[in-house]
Formats: sequence, structure tokens, C-alpha cells
Amino acid sequence: MHDRALASEPLVRSNRLAARYPGTSVPAISSITFAVGAGQRVALLGPNGGGKSTLFRAITGELEPSSGELELSVTHPALVPQSERSRLDYPVSALDVALMGSVSRLPWWRRPSRADRKLASQSLLRVGLEAEVNTTFGELSGGQRQRVLVARALVQDSPLLLLDEPFAGIDAPSAELLTALFDELADEGRGLLMATHDIEQARNWDLVLCCNRVQIAFGDPAQVLTREVIERTYGASLIPLPGDESLAITPPHHHEHFEAER
Amino acid sequence: MIAWLLEPLREPVVLRSLAELIVLGVIAGTLGCWVVLAGRAYSAESLAHSMLPGLVCATLLGLPLVLGGAIGLAVGASLIALVGRIKVLGGEVAVSVVITSLFGAGVLLGLAPTIPAGLNGILFGDLLAVGAGDVALAAAYALVVLVALFVFHEGLLVAGFDRLNARALGRSPAPLDLLLALLLAGATLVAVQALGNLLVVAMLIGPAASARLLTNRIGPMMLLAVGVAWAASLVGLYASYHAELAAGAAVTCALVGAFIAALLIRSLRDLALSDRWRRGRGGQSRGLRLRSRRA
Repeated sequence: MHDRALASEPLVRSNRLAARYPGTSVPAISSITFAVGAGQRVALLGPNGGGKSTLFRAITGELEPSSGELELSVTHPALVPQSERSRLDYPVSALDVALMGSVSRLPWWRRPSRADRKLASQSLLRVGLEAEVNTTFGELSGGQRQRVLVARALVQDSPLLLLDEPFAGIDAPSAELLTALFDELADEGRGLLMATHDIEQARNWDLVLCCNRVQIAFGDPAQVLTREVIERTYGASLIPLPGDESLAITPPHHHEHFEAER
Repeated sequence: MIAWLLEPLREPVVLRSLAELIVLGVIAGTLGCWVVLAGRAYSAESLAHSMLPGLVCATLLGLPLVLGGAIGLAVGASLIALVGRIKVLGGEVAVSVVITSLFGAGVLLGLAPTIPAGLNGILFGDLLAVGAGDVALAAAYALVVLVALFVFHEGLLVAGFDRLNARALGRSPAPLDLLLALLLAGATLVAVQALGNLLVVAMLIGPAASARLLTNRIGPMMLLAVGVAWAASLVGLYASYHAELAAGAAVTCALVGAFIAALLIRSLRDLALSDRWRRGRGGQSRGLRLRSRRA
């Protein structure tokens, strides 16, 4: 069990944050008060439609807070989106996708340099895809695609990583590799905020933020993850597994916030 | 055979047309790839058609076609934006309504007996009437397109591949959309004298669509598209000269031929791949996915 105290200035901090999508009157998230410090791994638990992606969009600056405060000491947090939403028909290689991470560090008129390319290859090596550098993104497996998106975030070289359900629907070797990699990144002093449905995984992280449109709890998983908090986080969809202390949630339905944008 | 090949090249008219097509091939081949990847082929076609009333008016008033086309484009784009604001209709309906209205108005105007060039010339262009000034204009514009596509390459890639998260990656899609639309409008304008209102779309979409079938990388796709445009131009021009066909139409037919050939090559390759795959790992076909994007 890792125990990382908040050393200095947090990378991101919010105080009673609320945010809503343009054209809607009800905030998608509200009363969110949390902080992620350097070297901390924070799990974000909540049902689909509970505002996990919305919180990410607020942190990346795509969504203005409608009330409350959100402070960032990082210019570009690196977002690892859900790989199942990426375009498979685009003519790009794994390296091309990883290299996109360098764009956030460059002004609009600058192209990625040779050093950026090198960093992109190294990042793919770090996620175990050195053999797939030149493979077309759409031809990779789901787990491999997720790893490419993680490599892209590594190329962004941000002190804060936002991981949107990185373990959803990926193979066991990919999951194992990512788990080790995320620990490594925290040890390097990066802050990690990961949306997840896996309560057991959240128990092993430094902090947990439970939210179901409003914040339910934030703090040390050992204290926060009580049965009551989990039930309030997931509403009525909680089922205790027979003969087991652990809890399961009903299979999530897919919720698209951005359907209107296409 | 050599005489057959060299004979057309002794004609300055043919040489000028060839030069124009080579330059337009560069513009259409590179820009067309981004249009195809962004799924904007319909917009491209619409944009070209919305110029028609402007072109006809320019002919009636004796103004340069480029000027009339520019005004026509501006009117068309503004109308699409206006009608697009009607929420219950949606963007695609707005485009259809505006474009068919404008196109119809253009045809009506074009049937006026006083019109000198005739509707044909405007709809299908007059490749053989291209002057040195047209070629120079197209060449200058080709330079603009190449520089813009080079500078904004990563931005366009990010906005196209991961539109939802483009802003998180430091590039807003909206200005890049606008850039693409402006470059596209300019290209249709520059190409209209040579290829006309209808055939310009074939040049913009045909080579890029053919190239997409044959490659899985954006750089090679652009090179290949330019190559397809050039090859079709040559074939079209020779066919036009020796068989006395309309030059623009002959080039368009050659483009269609190239697309069909690309489709055939693609299908054969997929078949060979899936065969090898089946022998290697039993059963499953591994055809390349053409369009399996999640909305």
C-alpha cells in the first residue's frame, strides 16, 4: 500500500466545483472538493453518467466551471481517453498517435522535432509496444490501443495524468503492464487521477474520490470506502456477491456526453 | 507510338492545359486527402455548386469567373450558416436546401439567351481555354495550400483523429475546420475555370479517395493522390486530343477509372491477406476496416 502525503502545492485542487455542458441548465457535476498532489494516485469512482469524464473535461479546460473554484498548477494535464472511442479508420501508426502528445508542448507553428520522435518511440517502448511502432492504430488490439494512448500521454510529459477508465475492456497482460507503469509514474512524482469502476483497485490507491453527479466522499480509501459510501455512489445498482465480502456493481451502460458534437 | 505521344505536346493549348492540371493535381491531391478523412466530401461538392449563380452572373456581366465564383461562395456559405441556425432542420438539410436552390437559380440564369459562354462552359469548365494567368494563379495557390498543410499538419491530424480530445492535446478543432473550409473554397475557385462547377469535385475527391484505398498513412496517401491526379490528367488529355473528347470530361472519366482500379487492387489485396491469415491462424478474415468509427 502506497502512502503518499501531499508534499507541496497540489497539481490540481477544486473547491465546491460545479460544471455543466453548454445548453443544459443542470450541472453535470457539483460540490466537488478534492486535490491531487505530486506523486499521488487518486481513484475516481462513480457510475456511468456520474460525471467522471465531465470532471476531466473541466480539468483540461474544455468545460468552464459554472461555480466554485478549480486551480491547476499544470499548463497541460495529459488526458488518456477511453480507447474505445477513438477512430479506427484513420491512417495513422502507433508512432503517429504517440507523437500527437508532443503537440500540446509546441506553439501552433512548430512541428515535432527529432527529439519528440525519439521520445514517442521511447514511450511506446515503455508501454511494451516497441514491435508495434509502425502498426496502423486501427489494427492494434483494444489493450494495445489503450497503451498507445498512454504512451501519447507520456509524450505530453505532464506532471498530471488524467486516466479515463484505462482498464476498461483490456487484456490481462496490458492491465498488468499499465498497473506497474502507473505506480512507476507516481514514484516519479507525477499525480494520477484515474476514473474507474473497480472498487478493489481503488482500495489500493492513495486517495479515492467518489462522485455521482455530486461528490459523495474524498479521502483515504481505507476510511472512505464504506458500504454506505459505495451504495450512495452507485445508487441502487449495488449487489453483494454471495459468500464474499466484496461488492459488485451491475454492468454499466454506455453513456455518451458528446453525441451532439458529431 | 512516340509520335502519338509527342504530337499533342506540340500544341501550346495542350501544354497549358497540362500545366494547369499538374498544378491542380497538387492542390486537389493534398487538400483532398484531408477533405476525405474529415468526411467533408459532401461539403466540398456543395461548396462548388453554390458558386454557380455567381459564375453565371459574372459571365452575364463580363466579369472574371474567379470574382463571380468568390461572391457566389460567400453568398452560399452565409446562406448555409443562416439556414443552419434553424435548429429542427440540422446542418445537412440546410446545406441541401441552400445548394439546390442556388444551383437551380444558377441554371435558370444560365439558360438566359444573352449568356455568351453558355451553361456548359461553366458547369464543365473549359480546360483548353486556360490561359497563362490561370496557371500562374493556380501555382501561387498551390504554394499557399502546401505551406498551410505543412505547418498545420499535426493540428489537422489531432483534430481529425481525436476530435473529442483535440483541445486537451492543445489544438482546438474549430479554427482547423475553418482553415480546411477556406482552403477548400479557394481550391474550388481556382479550379473552376479549367474544370467547371461539376468536375472540380471529381478532382478534389477522386484521387484522395483512390489513395485512401491503397495506403494506411497520411503522407503516402497525399503523394499517391497527387500521382493519381497526374496520371488521370495525362490519360484524359491524350484521350481528349486523339479521340476528340471534351477534355474536362475525359479527365474525370480517367479519375473514375483510377478509383475503380484502386478498389479492385484493394479487394484483391484484402482477399490475399485474409487467405494468408486463414492459412496461418485458422478461420478468421482480417479485412481492413474501412469505416468502423464510433459516433
